[in-house]
Amino acid sequence: MTEPGPTSARLVLDGDQIARACARMAHQILEANRGAEGLVVLGIPTRGVALAERLARAMSEVEGVEIPVGALDVTLYRDDLRRHPTRAVGRSRLPVSVDDAVVVLVDDVLFSGRTVRAALDALGDLGRPRAVRLAVLVDRGHRELPIRADHVGKNLPTRADERVRVRLREVDGVNDVTISSEEATSGATAPPAEEKGER
Amino acid sequence: MRHLLSAADLSLAATTEILDLAEEMAQVQARPVKKLPALRGRTVVNLFFEDSTRTRSSFELAGKWLSADVINVSAKGSSVSKGESLRDTVLTVAAMGVDALVIRHSASGAPGQAAQWTDAHVLNAGDGTHEHPTQALLDAFTLRRHFRRTEPDRETFAGKVVVIAGDVTHSRVARSNLLLLRTLGAEVVLVAPPTLMPAGVESWPAATSNDLDEVLPEADAVMMLRVQRERMSGGYFPTAREYTVGYGLTRDRLTLLKPGAAICHPGPMNRGLEISADAADAANSLILDQVAAGVAVRMSVLYQLLGGEDAPTPIRGEA
Amino acid sequence: MPAPAPHPTSGGPAEVLVVGADLLGQGRADLLLRDGRFADPATAGPAAERLDADGLVALPGLVDLHTHLREPGREDAETVATGTAAAARGGFTAVLAMANTNPVTDTAEAAEHVAELGRREGSAQVVPVGAVSKELGGVELAELGLMARSSAGVRVFSDDGRCVHDARLMRRALEYVRAFDGVIAQHAQDPRLAGPEACCHEGELSGRLGLPGWPAVAESTIVARDVQLAQLTRSRVHICHVSTAETVDVLRWAKARGVDVTAEVAPHHLLLTTAAITGYDPTFKVNPPLRPDEHVAALCDALSDGTIDAVATDHAPHARHDKEHAFGDAASGMLGLETALGVVLETMLLPGRFGWREVAERMSVVPAHIARLAGQGRPLAVGEPANLTLVDPAARRVVDRSASASLSRNNPWHGRELPDPVVATFWGGRATYRR
Repeated sequence: MTEPGPTSARLVLDGDQIARACARMAHQILEANRGAEGLVVLGIPTRGVALAERLARAMSEVEGVEIPVGALDVTLYRDDLRRHPTRAVGRSRLPVSVDDAVVVLVDDVLFSGRTVRAALDALGDLGRPRAVRLAVLVDRGHRELPIRADHVGKNLPTRADERVRVRLREVDGVNDVTISSEEATSGATAPPAEEKGER
Repeated sequence: MRHLLSAADLSLAATTEILDLAEEMAQVQARPVKKLPALRGRTVVNLFFEDSTRTRSSFELAGKWLSADVINVSAKGSSVSKGESLRDTVLTVAAMGVDALVIRHSASGAPGQAAQWTDAHVLNAGDGTHEHPTQALLDAFTLRRHFRRTEPDRETFAGKVVVIAGDVTHSRVARSNLLLLRTLGAEVVLVAPPTLMPAGVESWPAATSNDLDEVLPEADAVMMLRVQRERMSGGYFPTAREYTVGYGLTRDRLTLLKPGAAICHPGPMNRGLEISADAADAANSLILDQVAAGVAVRMSVLYQLLGGEDAPTPIRGEA
Repeated sequence: MPAPAPHPTSGGPAEVLVVGADLLGQGRADLLLRDGRFADPATAGPAAERLDADGLVALPGLVDLHTHLREPGREDAETVATGTAAAARGGFTAVLAMANTNPVTDTAEAAEHVAELGRREGSAQVVPVGAVSKELGGVELAELGLMARSSAGVRVFSDDGRCVHDARLMRRALEYVRAFDGVIAQHAQDPRLAGPEACCHEGELSGRLGLPGWPAVAESTIVARDVQLAQLTRSRVHICHVSTAETVDVLRWAKARGVDVTAEVAPHHLLLTTAAITGYDPTFKVNPPLRPDEHVAALCDALSDGTIDAVATDHAPHARHDKEHAFGDAASGMLGLETALGVVLETMLLPGRFGWREVAERMSVVPAHIARLAGQGRPLAVGEPANLTLVDPAARRVVDRSASASLSRNNPWHGRELPDPVVATFWGGRATYRR
């Protein structure tokens, strides 16, 4: 049920809460991996990259070793390319080979799971990781594919028509996570898929 | 983007997007699995009325690495000689259900005419002496990398001087490059003997000169055009020897170039005629980089044409 | 419905009384058509068909010095029957059929064959043009004298499609036809300056589009040569489809010196420019090619002051598959018979450069004289052959290429609004076209 009138955004996480969630996830990743060996952190553009860099930095500080971090653009592996005007493709940046690595995929919001599916396909064409883990800042439910995150910053039950928005300082100048109900009048025709939390 | 018929079709934004994506595509070439699924299920036909193994293979790889189905139709035996019109040939091929036609033809304007007759996306792979837009894109891609490497702090093309030298009249590469380089903000100087300068060149957005020596010291890049020996029988220049002395990038002329100036050639080269072996193999020669760029740039273009939903068919005038 | 092919003594009403037509814009009068000639209107019988010509202008039947009927050889593109039906729709009562058929009209037999086709099936008088050289090869003279003596009575000779390039051959031809008052009609195109691949006026557009250029001097240098040869040989020369300002200058110079030269211009060169070619549409590919504005202006001025003597259509039908090629590969030529008068009204009459007298001169009287066609281009007077074109000066329409008597559809005027003047055409007193 959408409310009439202007959107009403509710704050879910503020900057401090985001930072604590990232710190916790960094420790969890290291714990699950029993250390930093073999870890490669790849963020899914756009905000997943910023998060990946935060996680990698945190883990590097804890372990005292440089943990490789990069970006994995999955636009060309999406399953809905033909349903939209041609999408712009983002940059991929692989710091090292993914063969035999423990790849930690990082994204801001986990929603339908389709983006992660695309990321797994992309990874498969790049090499053969030993294992793939998924770390997300927000899991908002409504999976359309059998995908689950290994490390979650915040579990957030939502209605499908609600909109989850993550903002990070590196990209947006501020840090917060908000949820809003809105009528479909925002003119949001094209992607910024991450703002819609379409995963 | 519906068609790519001319370099003039590309704005600065569109060109930048294509070149940026080509950088991403170039990474694919370096991978063990040289495939992206983006054009899966799409069909591309290389409809070549004029021979060109190199360009055709480049387009074929580009399509296949994007998971499209690609077939090659060599149409040179058909159309005019067998009485089948160009329109019939295009319609017959398109009727098989193709998404994109990559057309190379010896007559200027043919891909543009074909675009009027079919709903498929049309990509001009070289038409007569008119245009060769993907060549201009791969030349721009190569030069952009070079300029970013040599002068990383400067805006890449602004104020750069690119000399295009050779048979400008008959060169589709020259026309497309001129248009695209201007879009990118570079200055272009055309150099040729008067007989090989096109009619109306005074109105083109380029400086012109008949004196290569005078122009070379200013060049940030020199693009040598292939000259065909058949032009001698047309009386455009007396002998190959005289052409080389006046307009060839000889070993001596290399000393006139600024340090860091790039040497380009769209290929195939007539070594010893318009370009000396020394120039072709010089340290600042980008010729091999141009060849390597071809597939990545064409992948980028194919994605721009075919990677999204098909736009509703524009309302056409009468057939 | 095309009118039945008339023979001057068969079919149709015996008398037609045209009432109240404006004769060449000089004043209204009645015209009586009887037994193939004009008769005194006062003697019209009660059974005479009355044609109300109030508001219509009467012109002598138009004469086209330059038509391609394509028969024999390319009956898929046009035949004598369909081409002359188109001619009649355009107000023409006589057409000169160019020789570049297959086989070429280079013998008396070939000429007589074409003339016979015209008699049997034509909706207008068909006068064969004879080739200047055997097979249009440009090397040896064709049998000009035998063609002249034949029942076809050939007086105009042309290798049109090709230029008589060899100066000596042109000289010989000019000299030779003097004996029987013939005229050589030259397609002026120096093949060394504008070869067979040349298809676009050499200039800014050809350079930009990458189309092989056809420079103006390829036409004017041949004309300059030929007017001097005509003077030397004291013979007549006619220049086909003048397309450039440079040629107009040469014609002025030659006429001032008393050279017996005449010239024609095609309707498309009076109105269409190189702007039509920017989309590479082969409909606008023609030889000589369309030229930029300044040439079109010079041609209109020349037609106005008489430097150019006549309008000739260069009607060039082509089968669809011959046009549906890349521009450089497509056949050259445009349809013209049905739209010629409309274009002349649009470019010359309506802007006030011409009156109806000039229309009649340039499209009937002078062409008939150049072709030495007795019986055509005559005054609308009692006793003269009844070749008559009735036109409505106010009628206009948007040209529809599929509404045509021609077999072909390569019509450059399609979609354009033009005067559509011809209401009725009478050839030898019989109606060959009625709207």
